[in-house]
Amino acid sequence: MTSNATRESTRPAERPRSGTLLAVEDLRTVIHTARGDLKAVDGVSFTLDRGETIGIVGESGSGKSVLGRTIMGLHTTGPTTTISGRVMFDGRDVQSLGPKDLRSLWGSQIGMVFQDPMTALNPVKKIGVHLTETLRKHQGLGRTPARERAVELLDLVGIPDPRRRIDQFPHEMSGGMRQRVVIAMALANEPALLIADEPTTALDVTVQRQILDLLGNLQAEMGMAIILISHNLGVVAGRADRVAVMYAGRVAETADAKTLFADPRHPYSEALLRAIPRLHEPPHVRLAAIDGAPPNMVQPPVGCRFAPRCAYAQEDCRTVLPELEPAATGHLFACHHPVNRGEN
Amino acid sequence: MSGTLATQPPAVPEERGDERVLVVDDLVVEFPAKGGGTVHAVSGISFELRDGETLGILGESGCGKSSAGRALMQLPPPTSGSVLLNDVELVGHTGRTLRRKRAKMQMIFQDPVSSLNPRRKVKDLVAEGPRIWGRKVTEDQIRELLLAVGLDPESVWDRRPHELSGGQCQRLCIARALMLDPQVLICDEPVSSLDVSVQAQILNLLEDTKQRYRLSMIFIAHDLAVVKNISDRIMVMYLGRICEVIPADRLAEHALHPYTKLLLESVPEAQLPDAELEVEEVGVTNAELPSPLDPPSGCRFRTRCPLATEICATEAPPLRESVSGHLVACHHAEV
Ligand SMILES: Nc1ncnc2c1ncn2[C@@H]1O[C@H](COP(=O)(O)OP(=O)(O)OP(=O)(O)O)[C@@H](O)[C@H]1O
Ligand SMILES: Nc1ncnc2c1ncn2[C@@H]1O[C@H](COP(=O)(O)OP(=O)(O)OP(=O)(O)O)[C@@H](O)[C@H]1O
Ligand code: SF4
Ligand SMILES: [Mg+2]
Ligand SMILES: [Mg+2]
Repeated sequence: MTSNATRESTRPAERPRSGTLLAVEDLRTVIHTARGDLKAVDGVSFTLDRGETIGIVGESGSGKSVLGRTIMGLHTTGPTTTISGRVMFDGRDVQSLGPKDLRSLWGSQIGMVFQDPMTALNPVKKIGVHLTETLRKHQGLGRTPARERAVELLDLVGIPDPRRRIDQFPHEMSGGMRQRVVIAMALANEPALLIADEPTTALDVTVQRQILDLLGNLQAEMGMAIILISHNLGVVAGRADRVAVMYAGRVAETADAKTLFADPRHPYSEALLRAIPRLHEPPHVRLAAIDGAPPNMVQPPVGCRFAPRCAYAQEDCRTVLPELEPAATGHLFACHHPVNRGEN
Repeated sequence: MSGTLATQPPAVPEERGDERVLVVDDLVVEFPAKGGGTVHAVSGISFELRDGETLGILGESGCGKSSAGRALMQLPPPTSGSVLLNDVELVGHTGRTLRRKRAKMQMIFQDPVSSLNPRRKVKDLVAEGPRIWGRKVTEDQIRELLLAVGLDPESVWDRRPHELSGGQCQRLCIARALMLDPQVLICDEPVSSLDVSVQAQILNLLEDTKQRYRLSMIFIAHDLAVVKNISDRIMVMYLGRICEVIPADRLAEHALHPYTKLLLESVPEAQLPDAELEVEEVGVTNAELPSPLDPPSGCRFRTRCPLATEICATEAPPLRESVSGHLVACHHAEV
């Protein structure tokens, strides 16, 4: 971190520190597949301020990664995909940007940590090349300074022996190491928005804490906003200002992190919280798995998407799609029969 | 064990729990490093697995969990050490002899998708193992195992790995391992890529499977609560060595090693409002991980340890017993 503070040359120093950075409005990403139109993101809206962190949780296939990629402009309307709604990033409509503007956006404004570190790393390129390429292109660094900066970045994300590691290939590193390289790449150009898709899933807890602390520090230092996608509710609980729980391409519930975990109102949020093994429970306790299968996203259930698996579902749940409604300021949930009624 | 599985039922002694199915002695795994030097992945670990027991292996990324698990399977064989499976030495054997001696031990590898042939269908993937042995597998057997792991045979029968979800893939891998009728199952991070609801299903499934097929299990993971949920005993590794072996029910409150305490202090679960974790702060000053290319002398944790003194740099702490079944390798832990 100290190395960052002392570097003045290419820092985007004059960046504003507050105000809305990102506005997502009724976003829909439909993927045209052989089996039909898959509604991966199905009407998501939220805003994100500079310096703020929103956590996105939800089960596998609920559309978290597609949402992240659509925000980045990696999905665009074309033969395979149809996008509707809007993503406004720093006053610009991401969907209206051409390939050149998009690339410069990715290089300097939005960094993404992709879920699978291997797909982000080219197996025939050394670790150092991955980092220096983007540094030279977007920061105009020469060969030697770029290499020095790359070593610094590897050091920053806690990779031991960075000078040796920089000349290794991705397959020579453990899963956790590779994940840290990918994070270093996303941070290389000090973006205004970091989309971190399961950034610490492959990591053990001390490194996880170190990386999340690191992201938190960078955020404080440069006012970076973060979209933190994680299936680990604990990670999100500790790091996000706000949390959105996704189910079948839609936001089931959103609130500030504390409220959401202490007082979940949507039955899916409640079930998700109950399914985690807890350290204070004895070994071999049976976990409360959520019955039933994930929804078919080509033909999602009519009415509430969660109804077929919901313990509280009644007739109206199977016919009427619940919209997000406020429980309290900033606490919204989409459910006809919310849990904890009256405790609020 | 369900009677319809045609492979013969495992010989299970009536008295379970004392018999040692796996005895590992002074296991060392080293890799040559690029540019000279040696990666010390596993540096002399000894442990045993008792019949019907689940032993969890917990530790930092790169600390050698997978290398240790693979070395038990001889994939690749360890640099040195001994692995006794039912009193039969596995180290030093190769090819058919090894496969025969190792037959009762199966491993589900980390990242299961890449271990599956992408062109084969589910029905063939499940039967792959026994067929390598030249054994016939009937469709009924395949169906039964798919059902046992919670997959609907009709809907997954002709699918290929990329057409399965992560949880389904993990179920398939469990079915493949069970097809070989193992006595010992090594699971390397079987749930770390799954979301919590599927994770709960797979953990419940592994627990049921273990009872039903009378398995002993080694369960490798980095999530403390997950390891605690499935294990009877937990072996905590740091940089290729064992720091603590702790009965699972003691993990949250009675951990002795500073590294185990650091793990507990770092768990994100502590951030949840209802977390009932009272962990003493270990106050680690240094978060830098030492390199396995050049591990610290003496105790490998000493560069991050708040209790470290001179002796920690010169002498590797031996495992000492605290209460029965609880071992710790630390010069300054109060046993
Ligand atoms: N390129 C693609 N082509 C077809 N379908 C896709 C594609 N990418 C995603 N999908 C589908 O879109 C849905 C949402 O996927 P997404 O990857 O966003 O889920 P996720 O919430 O990130 O899940 P996970 O927790 O497993 O990462 C899933 O049904 C997935 O199968
Ligand atoms: N084939 C190999 N060649 C060289 N080094 C290797 C090889 N396999 C593993 N290593 C190194 O050995 C050490 C232990 O790796 P291992 O994969 O066993 O760790 P792990 O505990 O399973 O980590 P993770 O939690 O990231 O899966 C690491 O430093 C790793 O880089
Ligand atoms: S032996 Fe020393 S360095 Fe190692 S954990 Fe104990 S006190 Fe710390
Ligand atoms: Mg995803
Ligand atoms: Mg591993």
